[in-house]
This record gives sequence, C-alpha cells and structure tokens, in this order.
Amino acid sequence: MSTGATHDKRSPGLLAKLAGKIKNLGLIAVLLCVWQYVSMAVLDSTSRVLLPPPTAIFAAAWELLSSGELLRHLRDSLKRELVAFLWASMSIPIGIAMGWWRSVDQQLDPLMEMLRPIPPLAWIPLSILWFGIGDAQNQFIIFLGIFFPILLNTINGVKGIELNLIRAARCLGASEGNILWRIVVKAAMPQIVTGIRVGLGVGWMALVAAELVGANSGLGFLINDARTVLRTDFIIVGMATIGVVGLLIDQAIRELGRRLLPWSQVMAR
Amino acid sequence: MSNLTVEDVSKTYPGHSARDEAVKALDRVSFHVEDHEFCSVLGHSGCGKTTLLMMMAGFEQPSGGRILVDAKPIGKPTWQRSIVFQDYALFPWMTVQENISFGLEMKKIPPAGRLEIIQRNIQLVGLAGFEHRYPHQLSGGMKQRVSIARALAVDPKVLLMDEPFAALDAQNRALMQEEMGRILASSDIQQRKTMILVTHSIDEAVILSDRIVVLTRRPGRVKANVMVDLPRPRSEESPGFIALKRQIRDLIHDEFEIES
Repeated sequence: MSTGATHDKRSPGLLAKLAGKIKNLGLIAVLLCVWQYVSMAVLDSTSRVLLPPPTAIFAAAWELLSSGELLRHLRDSLKRELVAFLWASMSIPIGIAMGWWRSVDQQLDPLMEMLRPIPPLAWIPLSILWFGIGDAQNQFIIFLGIFFPILLNTINGVKGIELNLIRAARCLGASEGNILWRIVVKAAMPQIVTGIRVGLGVGWMALVAAELVGANSGLGFLINDARTVLRTDFIIVGMATIGVVGLLIDQAIRELGRRLLPWSQVMAR
Repeated sequence: MSNLTVEDVSKTYPGHSARDEAVKALDRVSFHVEDHEFCSVLGHSGCGKTTLLMMMAGFEQPSGGRILVDAKPIGKPTWQRSIVFQDYALFPWMTVQENISFGLEMKKIPPAGRLEIIQRNIQLVGLAGFEHRYPHQLSGGMKQRVSIARALAVDPKVLLMDEPFAALDAQNRALMQEEMGRILASSDIQQRKTMILVTHSIDEAVILSDRIVVLTRRPGRVKANVMVDLPRPRSEESPGFIALKRQIRDLIHDEFEIES
C-alpha cells in the first residue's frame, strides 16, 4: 500500500475524513461483536460449524491468503472478467453506430431487444453444452452480463446529445466525420463510462454464478467447493472477497472516469 | 465582408396528422442587410424569428423564397455563417481555448496561426486568464463570451446570434449588451462583421443595431424596417435613444392590440 505517498498529495482534510468514516463503522463493529457472542456462547459446537465466529473467519482468511489459494482463485476470476470485458467492449462501437445511424438502429434493435431480456444466467446450460466447463463458458456468460448495459448506455449517450452542440460544430465547419468522432463520441463518453461501471457490476455477478456451476477455479468455484466439504468459514471469506472486489472495481472505474473526464458533471458526483 | 438578403421567405410546418393544421411560422419576409451592418430581428416569442435565423444558417429550408449572401443563394451550414446560441452550446469537454480552437482546426489553420487568432479573440471578449477553464467552471455571461469568441474566430462572413443574452440575469444581460456595444464601437467599421441578432428586447436592439427589422406575431411578417443612426457607444438616457425606443414600442404594442 502506498498510502503514505497519497496522503501528501491529497488535501489535509483526508485524515479527518478517514476518522469520520471509521466512526460510521460503529454499527458494523457492534454486529460483529453480537455475531461473535452468538456463535461462541449460544450455539453448540455442531451448529457452530454453520456459523463460525468472526475470529474463525479471519483465521480462515489468513489460511487462504497465506496458502495463496485465495489469490489464485481471485486471479482466475479477474482474468475472466477482464477477457469478457474486452470482448464486450465491442458494444461501444455498435452502440455508437446504433445511436447515430437510423438504419443501423432499425436493423439491430429488434435483435438486441430479443436477446436483452434473457438473463445471462439462463444461458448457462446452453453455454456449458457449447463450450464445456471452463474459461470459455464462464467468459461467455460474463460477456453477456457486461455487453448490454454498455450497449444501452452508449446508445442513450449518443441519442441524448444536445442538438445545438451538433449544430454549433456544423456551423464551425466540422465535417460529418469530425462531428461523429470529435463531438458525438466525446459527448457520449460519460454515459459510456457509466455503462462500463454497470456492466462490470452485472458481469461480476454473472461471473460468480457461472463459476458456481461451470468452473474448476475462481471465487464462485471456491465457495461452492467449500460447501461440499462443509468449510463455512471459507464460504464466508469467499463471499466477502467477492463483495469487496466488486466494490473496488466499481470505485476504480469511477475514479478513472473522474480522471479521464474532468469536465463531466456526471462523473464528479 | 458580406451582405445578406432575405427574399420573400415563408416557412410552413406541416401538421402531424390530417386533423392537425399546418402552422405558418413566417409569411413572405423580405429585408436586406448591408456590409458591416448590425441588424436586429425583433419580435414576440413565437413570431418565427429563431426559425428565420436557423434558415439563414442553413439548418432549415424555407418553404418559399430564398436567402442570399453576397447575392448567392446559401447552401449547407458553414463557418461562413457562424452562430451564437442562446444556450451557448459550448463543448463541455473542451477548455475555453479548445472551444475557440475547434473551428480553426476544422478550417485547417496551422497551430501557430490558431494561437494568435485565439489570443486576439480572447482579449476581445475579455476572457484573458480563463483559457484553460472548462465551461462548467464559468458563469453564464462568461460562457456567452466564449461562444461569441468561438463564432468570431472562424472569421465568418455573417455572424448570427440567437437571443444570446436572454438566458442571463438582468445585470449580466445589461453588462453583456454594453460590452457588445463596446466591441462594435471600438472595431474599425471596415473590420466589423455583418451581424444578425434575433431578440425580443427593444433595449437590446436599440443599443446594438444599425437596422431593426420588426416582425409581427405569427405568422411573422415584416412590420417595420427601422434604421438607427445614433452615435456609438449609445447612451440609454439620450433623447434620440428614448424617442426611438418609444417608436418601436408603439409598433410592437399595435401588434398586441390587433391580435387580442
């Protein structure tokens, strides 16, 4: 962690802000204590297996971390999410084309509207038959989760552009190509980034589901595998990892949006 | 430098359905604007004056008649007729400087030349020091200054302005009108652009114009074509100013009475 370096760059209020954040964690601390108490003092040793106390969870987390198992599963899951995202990013040019050219929209829209309401998870059986168990099948499911949010947001971003911006560009001498690349695409950027955020979130959810049934590695596999050997503590560590990483991905895209689009009011929020 | 002619221009919007009547926005509007002239098109809201401006730019086609610049019918939108929009229409992802530079890049002016033109126009509208701000960091008045600088930088034959100060608060509006008057008064008459301003403000028209074309209510027709030869910069207290204002107000009030 390079927190020391970032402290210097940020405003001096950061420490105070951090202290405030920690204060807000009061309820969570209380709940953890209650959990610990219930698990240790109320449950008998058999049911304790189903709800191990937080201390046991932390011990399990340490065990999974130090053996490298957690990171290996995390790496596999992230790799799937990334590869699926790279494929799904073709929704950006498709969305731009659908938003900008009516004829493209008319042809593609019925197809997209037919595919879009099918939840990515409903594709799992078919995808297992097509791709078997493993990366390709998982990536396909995640791809479906990421693709549509980006597509819809891109289309909306392009269609929602203010007419006067295009008119202004036109009467400043911009060619059609310049209007598309320098005005329309730029104006749609904040909404495209929003689509990427939503898409990666949906993809992350689909990833876990895909791994539950069709993988030999990854966080989804980890928690399902732990179930078969009754390692509740591993399950909870896996679930927490999925949550934290999902949050971090979201925050990272937000931050990236803020950095890359400093002009956007949407990103500043 | 260029002159502009509006010749028998009508605009009718077809109804959306059979029951919907067609709407006639403009009815055989004709007037002529000389080289270097500042002409205001004055009328109530809904008289079709913005439609007229959009036709001058080339965004809409007249249903009848034609518009000529230097005796040649106009075609598609071009930098030769640049616009200042009421809502500024600045590109939010570009800084002040980049906004002004955009039209120059489109004209393929080399970078060195661009910078000189940008600086000159930023000075002209009083925005020095704000070159690297984004539009959302500027007040309404400053945004409109950028918009004016951007439209002037491409060196248009005709500058078109669509109620440029209407979205500003009263104080800023007065300030911008004064500033615009200063720009007009200070620039050499031979350097000055031919400008068309669409407005519903009598004050604004009288402060700025060499010619005021008063339109009737819908459908818009030319009610009067008034020349203004008051010296610049104009004082709102001068007898000539007050008399002219009254004359135009009467013209517009007549219009109210006919309609109601």
